Amino acid sequence: MILNIDELTMRFGGVVAVNSISFGIKKGTIFGLIGPNGAGKTTIFNMITGNYIATSGSIKFNEKELVGVKPHLIVREGIARTFQNIRLFNSMSVLDNVLIGFDFQAKYTFLEAVTRLPRFFFEEKRIKKRAYEILEYLDILNFADTKATDLSYGQQRKVEIARALATKPKMLLLDEPAAGMNPVETEELAKIIFKAREDFGLTILLIEHDMKFVNRLCEEVLVLDYGKTIFEGAPSEAIQNKEVISAYLGDFKHD
Amino acid sequence: MIKGFAGRKGVQLLFYALTIWFLWFAQTTLDDYSIRVLNNIAIFIILAVSYNLINGITGQLSLEPNGFVAIGAYVATLFLLDSDALEYQYYLEDPSSIVLLMHTKSFIIALLAGGAAATFAAMLLSFPVFRVRGDYLAIVTLGFGFIIRILAINNPQITNGSLGLNDIPDHTNLYWSGGLAMVAVTVILNIIYSKYGRAMKAVRDDEDTAIAMGVNTFKIKTIAFSTSAFMEGVGGGLLACLLTSVSPDQFTFFLTFQLLIIIVLGGLGSTTGAIIGTILVIGGAEWLRFLDEPMNLFGWTSPALPGMRMVVFSIILILVMLFAREGIMGKKELFDYFKTKKPKEKK
Repeated sequence: MILNIDELTMRFGGVVAVNSISFGIKKGTIFGLIGPNGAGKTTIFNMITGNYIATSGSIKFNEKELVGVKPHLIVREGIARTFQNIRLFNSMSVLDNVLIGFDFQAKYTFLEAVTRLPRFFFEEKRIKKRAYEILEYLDILNFADTKATDLSYGQQRKVEIARALATKPKMLLLDEPAAGMNPVETEELAKIIFKAREDFGLTILLIEHDMKFVNRLCEEVLVLDYGKTIFEGAPSEAIQNKEVISAYLGDFKHD
Repeated sequence: MIKGFAGRKGVQLLFYALTIWFLWFAQTTLDDYSIRVLNNIAIFIILAVSYNLINGITGQLSLEPNGFVAIGAYVATLFLLDSDALEYQYYLEDPSSIVLLMHTKSFIIALLAGGAAATFAAMLLSFPVFRVRGDYLAIVTLGFGFIIRILAINNPQITNGSLGLNDIPDHTNLYWSGGLAMVAVTVILNIIYSKYGRAMKAVRDDEDTAIAMGVNTFKIKTIAFSTSAFMEGVGGGLLACLLTSVSPDQFTFFLTFQLLIIIVLGGLGSTTGAIIGTILVIGGAEWLRFLDEPMNLFGWTSPALPGMRMVVFSIILILVMLFAREGIMGKKELFDYFKTKKPKEKK
């Protein structure tokens, strides 16, 4: 288990967004988090990444407790994320967007940057080379100098993934990666996720509503409703589960 | 691989050569009035590019530079005036012993001390102010500017109160102000084109996402804030030694406001834009002086209209804002236009 979540609870005032949820993710798997809107999926993401501090419970990543750790340090532990609505740095080029992911890996100090000592040039060259490699890997090298907002939606999603990969993650959190994509783009995305898992040795946790996409990618899913677990297991079984169906479509009462 | 860099370097070097030549030319041939205006421009370039670092590049709307300029001006002054001059000038209260102890004959040490004091204040200030963002940050930092001025008025044993300090040695000449402006611009550009500058822009674009990429945004904001404070402090010292007197009234919110106009006009986030903005605003305010005087228009003599130039100035500002929403340069730099079209990127 690379990620172990135990009795995790998040309260916002009187609202219990996530109610004592426990699950574990095996290293190298693709794990799906599904459930209707407002079920608490993104809240769980935000707790893992440190944006919210859990009311109670624990999140262990590689045996290290993450609850209470500052968000930027959690990234350095090896957890990277993408956002539900794409959030790129709008005024910056695609290359610069990816270079932000390398920010904490570039080892030079402020004074070295100001005085332009050799280590500055060495480190900049090193991270730029790796940024270009990632861009090439995701087939967006041609857009390196384009402003991020000038790209199509699918390409912007790739830039977001490139930026996440730049942080050298062990685990990738994808919040509805296929939302707003056409079938061709979705197919390409699925391939990228499979490939990246192999090439970068990633464990992937994703939130998704597109059940076909989930079925194709995920080895295991957790279905949430009103902050509670209602199903855990293989995706193919999830779509036949009564509770899951009623959560998504509502209950039918027959006389 | 680092294309555009060569373009930037080349243009930068050309500008340095031209600037050095111009400084020498101006200092040796121009009259006192022009030199004075040029000194003013050079000092305001330092203030504007450093203010642009926190306001334009990092996108943290802060309104405190008058406070930092005041700290720099006072500290540099106190270092440069010897104890006899101080004893002579302070007649509200006796100067405190710390003030008497501070003394140096070296201009550069006094300037650096002013900068260091401002940096220290900025570092302390960054803990409370960066707990808030956006409009709230503007209000909190605005308060700091006021506090510094009120402290200066109400601590006559250190600052001689609202009487201010006079007879400051007039060390500032074009070599100092212009030279330090060049250093300031270089340092700022070096910061912008490094991981620190990238992180600052990321904070401006989307702070939460920057955090999600592992950027310690508090540290980045503090660095931007402190660097800009240091340069504002040094600029304050230069200003004091140009005017040969300091008093709390020089450091009202109007100073901040003037800097804000400069960087908005030049383009928030553009260093070369801030330089152009300074030349237009500070230079323009001087060049438009003829508007305040009586004018002879087709045989009819208009009365003297003090403040007329500010009216014209405001109209120009409004026009710029209408036709160039992001200021003259936007977020671009001047040397971006010199970039050669790069060939297809090889890996």
